[in-house]
This record gives sequence, structure tokens and C-alpha cells, in this order.
Amino acid sequence: MRLIPFLISSAVTIGLVYTLNTRIGPAPALGKFLSPQHGFWQNAEPADKNFSEELRFPQLSGNANVYFDERLVPHVVADNDADAYFIQGYLHAKFRLWQMEFSTHAAAGRISEIIGERAVNFDKEQRRIGMVFAAENMLKEMEVNEFTKLSVDNYTKGVNAYIETLAESELPIEYKILGYSPEKWNNLKTALFIKQMTKTLAFSVDDLPLTALRKVFSDDQIEILYPQLQDSLDPIVPKGTTFAPPAATAVAPVGADSVYLQKKDSALKMALMDQPSKDNGSNNWAVSGAKTKSGAPILCNDPHLELSLPAIWYEMQITTNNMNAYGVSFPGIPGVVIGFNDSIAFGFTNAGRDVRDFYEIKFKDNTKKQYWFNNEWRDAPQRIEEIKVKGKPAVFDTVAYTVFGPVTYDESFTTPLTNKKAIATRWIAHDPSNELLMWHYLDRAKNYDDYYNAIKYFTVPAQNMIFASKRGDIAIWQQGHFPLRWNRQGLYVMPGQDSSYMWQGIIPPDENPHQVNPERGFVSSANQRPVDGTYPYFIPGGYDVYRGLEINRRLAKMNGITTTDMQQLQNVNYNPFAEVVTKLMKKYTNASSLSADEKRFFEMIQQWDLQNNINSKAATVFQVWFDSLETKIWYDELTQQDSVVYAWPYENTLADALTRDSAFSFIDDINTTAKETIYDVFAASLKAAIPVLLQMEKEGKLEWGAHKNTTVYHMLKDAVMPFARKGLAIGGGKHIINAAQHSHGPSWRMIVELTNETDAYVVYPGGQSGNPGSKYYDLFIDTWAAGKYYKAWVMKKGEEKNAKVKWTMTFKKV
Amino acid sequence: MKFLVAFILTALLSYAAGFYLPWWSIAIVAFIVAAAVPQKPWKAFVSAFLALFVLWVGLALYIDMENQHILSMKIAELLFKSHSHALIMSVTGLVAALVAGFAALSGAYLRVDKKSAV
Repeated sequence: MRLIPFLISSAVTIGLVYTLNTRIGPAPALGKFLSPQHGFWQNAEPADKNFSEELRFPQLSGNANVYFDERLVPHVVADNDADAYFIQGYLHAKFRLWQMEFSTHAAAGRISEIIGERAVNFDKEQRRIGMVFAAENMLKEMEVNEFTKLSVDNYTKGVNAYIETLAESELPIEYKILGYSPEKWNNLKTALFIKQMTKTLAFSVDDLPLTALRKVFSDDQIEILYPQLQDSLDPIVPKGTTFAPPAATAVAPVGADSVYLQKKDSALKMALMDQPSKDNGSNNWAVSGAKTKSGAPILCNDPHLELSLPAIWYEMQITTNNMNAYGVSFPGIPGVVIGFNDSIAFGFTNAGRDVRDFYEIKFKDNTKKQYWFNNEWRDAPQRIEEIKVKGKPAVFDTVAYTVFGPVTYDESFTTPLTNKKAIATRWIAHDPSNELLMWHYLDRAKNYDDYYNAIKYFTVPAQNMIFASKRGDIAIWQQGHFPLRWNRQGLYVMPGQDSSYMWQGIIPPDENPHQVNPERGFVSSANQRPVDGTYPYFIPGGYDVYRGLEINRRLAKMNGITTTDMQQLQNVNYNPFAEVVTKLMKKYTNASSLSADEKRFFEMIQQWDLQNNINSKAATVFQVWFDSLETKIWYDELTQQDSVVYAWPYENTLADALTRDSAFSFIDDINTTAKETIYDVFAASLKAAIPVLLQMEKEGKLEWGAHKNTTVYHMLKDAVMPFARKGLAIGGGKHIINAAQHSHGPSWRMIVELTNETDAYVVYPGGQSGNPGSKYYDLFIDTWAAGKYYKAWVMKKGEEKNAKVKWTMTFKKV
Repeated sequence: MKFLVAFILTALLSYAAGFYLPWWSIAIVAFIVAAAVPQKPWKAFVSAFLALFVLWVGLALYIDMENQHILSMKIAELLFKSHSHALIMSVTGLVAALVAGFAALSGAYLRVDKKSAV
């Protein structure tokens, strides 16, 4: 033995192995990651992979088969529900495990465990708004109901059956990149998933920034900036509908007008809020047989969400002895979430109602163990939150719970808007509910009564639930639990020292806005305010205007409708918001006084056909000019305090105000002595937009498609850009029926014609596999971007040998 | 001849070990083979280096062809900001080759005495 060379080369070997087996920064351990038998190569799925398999599990009670079609859509045929949900869990895990776990970790405030310190604040907030508390309350409800207990129990078993057979080399690639392994699934995670969707859809409120604004504006002025009703509104329940007198009324506490609505609050500051996305809109509509060529109703839905890979949806058909449902499911929960069965079709858009309020709490001392309520010190139960942090010691946080809910903000968790105040969150999502039960009934519903019975189990996130049946009925209900409020209650942070400002119940669900077989032959919703001002309840929320207007305008004119017409309607790029605003631009611009560049861009607006097509330059010019106009109008007034900017009022508020009143008071720049006119502000905003536009022109980004750059990001965003799909050739945008924005848009397009044999067309911006190394990962994206669809193959009994079946997975009891 | 035997043994045993053991089992295999098959240290290094380069590149190449380069292109971009699947494959081979080479060198030095190691 030659000792010295041996020692040297051994040291080099061990050093190499150690280095290559260690994560350096965000990079995975290279040796392991590059190993063709362990690392990422194992995720490179053969393009012609055979998905057929024979599987045996003791958990099953009968036999079942899964037939995959060429798009890798599974058609599950099981003897009973229990086995079907087991298989659904198994399939979700097999194709989407990482995403299911990551999103439920996010819900539970456990991202720091995976990516380290930089997520601690996110995790803290999740705990402090009571996400786990809410999920635990839901879990209890799910487990006391026999149907949902059966579905979640078996779903969980199915997920875990897959995890148990999963070799380390087969882990989804995200685990290999981030360096961790999956844990067991449980029923709580399913509840967490639903609560995360609830946060996405029913959490956004302006209470804190509006409270801050009161430092500058009175309640009356704020009502101008954040109106409850829009001039251009075309509500879900048409204007002029007569509502019955309210069955319940909320009474404002004595002094609310002076104390609550007018009070100036100097401790709260203004700041640029990280505004929750206002883009989580959606479209749905159903037309009655009277308006279709076939005579059967057609139901359409395209929910707009953050576009992400792996896609949020997983398409499937589930057939058991008591159901046959086709549509999309959420990896993370059992059942078909949007879709149709042999008798009916159903879909959703977000209601956008405000179901979350804030109460200011007075603690006895900084132990936060007692708070002042109804003239006494009350105990505040404390929840100690342990936030594990990758590579660091765990962080502990204490959250006090009050009669209102968790104290989200206090001196240990502050924002510029709350300062050191203790503010509790009252959120409908904390109340016990069992939304899964709705899907249990909906997936099996045969007619309107079944649908009506099913939706009453749904509390939050409130949805516009659209319905059509083969019997010929169409309907829409805005369903959910909504606080019964007195006028303007809860727009600002409320006093939490007694019960007088508490919610006084919920609006009786029977009085929720709805339409059943209306005379006009269609029902629709697009996140607009559901009713006009005659509705007898105060219903604040974040509402859109223009998509709904445009959909109704078009549907009213359409007759002899086919599924092809509906496909075109979902892909309309006409910009109804620009229709309103370009009128103003043209009216208040004096062409003769423009510079050469201003004139050139102004002419683009004059000649624009109002289509946000990918090659339209005018669409970009319009957007940049409007952004500039908003700044010119709002900036001076809204930044009076601390020079901190607050997110602008809704775009439709400005469009309505300028249409209504050319002397709208906010036009004047309060920082100049002159009194600016509406002509001045349009000229100034165009002028300010020119350098931006010239720069875009130089960079070749003036065309709408290039400017918008529609991108489907991977859930890990910038960290894994090669897993994203960038620069998609798709038009549309905000306020447009085809709501494809930069990274947000139609997450599932569905058209169902309820003819004897259901005729359905579907597509979503993703693919059935969550594996970036699979050709099924993003298979549908180009079809989606092109506005095309797949005809859904609804498998029937006896079609097991159909040529459409590419692979078969058999599930047998051991 | 010994070179070929060492080469084949290292590649085959590494492949087999890969099914049951962590990736760094290639170092153990290369070390044992080099300690068992008498070769000059530099030859032991080269035979193991080539064995693992060929094995990992070969496996990767097969997987990559079957996969139609879908994932290799993405990983090349992720790690090296390059769209070259040849690059990611070369790096894959090189990583294994270096580890195996030095492990074999250690194995060879363990076996040889001063005289035979000229």
C-alpha cells in the first residue's frame, strides 16, 4: 500500500462524494440529482410510456378499472363509491403528488419547512388568519357526515397507498430539486386544500386600506371612490327584479354614524397594500333550449385563476353504482368539482362578496391572555404555533383567539396599516361547514331540486352556481353564507370591545340572489354585483363589471345557438371597458394640439376595432394611456399622507365617474394652483405615456401579445422558469370575456350541451401529468391558447374495448 | 485485458448497485474493483473513469431518447442556462467518472506497493 497517495486520493474521493451529495444554496445535490438511476433522469418519462398496470390493494372492497384515453384522462369504473374515491386519491397522487402536498403545506403555513427562512412571514400570516383552525373546524363536519367521511377516508387511503409504493428514485422532480420527501396524506389536508381555495376566493377585503383612507377622506368621499353600485352594472339578477321584503334586518348600533363611519383614525397609516388579486374572476352562463339549435340547454363555464403548472385541475370521469360524473377535480379533494353527469351540468364563478371583517381588540396586557369584552376581561385562548424552518431552529408564534376569531395583527405581527394595534379577524371560513357534501350531492344530482338541495351545504367561498339539466331547466344561485350587515357595516375596522358591532346573523339563504328559468332564456354571471340597489341587504364586495355586461349583451342577441357559437363566445377578445374609455379619450383629446408622436398613438386609438388581439398595437397603447390617466387623476389625492401610495380605486369607478361628470372633482391636480380640466388631464396623461410607448416600440413590445406575454408559471415561479410556458399566443385580457392576462386567466373552459347524449367540449392550460418530464405535462396549453377544445369522451358501460381506451389500470382486492 | 475486465466489472457492478444503493455506491464499486484487479493506479483511474462515464452517459442517453429530450432540455436550462441536452449529459457523465476515477485510484493505491507501482 502506498499510504500518502492512498490518503490523498481517498480524501479527494470522499471530498467529491460529500460535495456532490450536499445541497449548495438552492441547487440540488448534484451527484444524486444527475444520477440516471436516482436523480432527475428518472423523471424523464418515455414519450410512449405504457400506463397500463395491474394493482392490488387490501383496502379495496371490490374490483375496479381505470381506462385512460389518449389525453391521459382517466375514466374510473368502480363497483362502489369507496373504491372510486380510493382510486381518485391514488391517481391524484400518482400524477400530482407534489402539488397536492405543496399547496396544503402552504395552506397550513408550513412552507418554511421546505424553502427556509424567507417563507416565515408567509407561514406566520397563514397561522394568524386561522387557516388551520378553519380546516380543523371543517374536518369535524366532514367526519360526522357518513357520505363525506366515506369519501375523504377512502381518498386519503388511496393517496397513501401510492405514497407507500413510491421509491425514492420515483419522487416527483420538485422533491429532488428542493431536497425533501412527501409525508403521509390525511383528511385534514383535504380540508386545508378547500380552505386555501377559500382564501384565494373569499378573503380579499379592503377594510384596512379603507380604514387608513379615512385619515384623508370622509365616509362620503370614500363612497365616491369605492362605490357600492356601478353605473354600468348589469347584475346577475336583472335590474328591475322585485325582491321580497327582507326576512331579517341588521340594526346599526347607536352612534355608528358618528363614532364608526366618521371617526378619524390617526394611528393607522396609509401604505401600498399587497392587494389580494382582483383577477380571480370567472364566467359562466347557461342558455335554455329555446335559444339553442338542438333545443337542449347549453351550460358554459370558465373559471379564471392564477395559471399554474402543474395545472390546478385534473380531468376525470368517475362511474360507480350511484354516480357517473365527468369534469375536473382538484388534486387534494375527492369528487368532480366542475362538470356534468347523466342528467345535469354545473359550474361556478366567484361571488366576490366580503365575508371577512376586522375588530380592534383591547388586551389587558401584553401577555394577550385577556381582552376587554362586554364590560369584563375575557380569557383569550392561545394557540402556540410552531413554524419549522429548513436549516434553522423553529420559530414560535402565539395567536390569541377572541369571540370574533384569531387576533391576526398585534405588536408581534404588524403591517404599516395596522401599526401595533391588536386586530382580530372575523371570517366566515372559520365557521363549521362541509362544502364537500355539496359536491357529493351535486355529482349525483338528477334535476333542479337535487341541485337546490345540494348547494345549501355550501357556506364559503360563496359562488355563483350555474345549473342546466336535460329536463330543460336552467338556474343560477349565488350561494354561500353572507353576514347580515347594517348599511356600511364592516367597510372599516370595527370596535371589538363589545358585541354591538358583531354580525347579526347571516342573510337567509333563500333570499340569496338567484334566477330560475328566466324569460330571457339565459342565466349568467361574471363576478359582477349580483343585484341592483333594490336588493334589501347591504352586500359589499369586490365586483367586476364589464365581462358580465358583454356576455349578457351577446347572449341576448343570440339564437339557434350551437356549441361552436359558445366556443367562440368564450374566446371573444372584444374589450368593453375600452369601448367606454376610448369614447372619453376621443371626446376629450384635441388632435390639433398634439405632438407628432402623440398624434401617431392617438390615431391608433381612433382606428382601433377594440379587439385585444395578439397583434393589436392599439390595445397596448390604450392600456398604457389608461394607466397614465389613473395616475394623473388619483395620485395627488391618494398620496396626501406620508407620500405613500395606495392601490387605485376600481377602473370602472373612474370610467363611470368621467362618463357621468366631466367636472369630476378628482380631475384637478391639488398640487397646482391652476384648476385642471378633463381636457388637460387627458392631454397630460397621453403625454406622460409617450416615453413608455416609445420604449416599448423600440423593444418590439408594442403588440398586445408581446406586451402581455401570457405565461403559465410553475408553482415555484421564477425558481424553475424552464418548467413554465412563456409567451403564449393568446389575446384577451382584463375586462374581456377571454380573460387571459399575463399569468391569470381561464383555468378550465367547458361547454356542455345537454342533449340526450351529452356533448361536451373542454380544455385547460396544462396537462394531466404534473411531471415536467412528461409529454402530458403541458399537452393542452397550445390548444387552449389557440381557443380550441377537445371533445370530451364520456365513456359508457360496455365501452371497455373502445379504440379510445389507450391504457387500462386494473385495481383488485388482494 | 485487465483494463477491460476492470472497465466492465466497474460498469456492471455500479449499474447493479444503483438499483439498491445510493448514487455514491459507484465510488465503493470502483474502489473494490480497483483493489481486486491489479492495474497500475493511472490505469485503474482511467478504466473506472471511462466505465462510469460510459455507464451514466449511456443510461442518460437511452432515457433521453425515449423522453424525446423533454426534461434534459429543461434541466440544462435550469442548471446551466443552456438548451443543450448534450451538455447536461456530459456533465452527468463527468460527475460519475470523476468520483469513480478517484475511488479507483484509491483502491489501486491500497493494493500496490512501491515497486510495482512504477
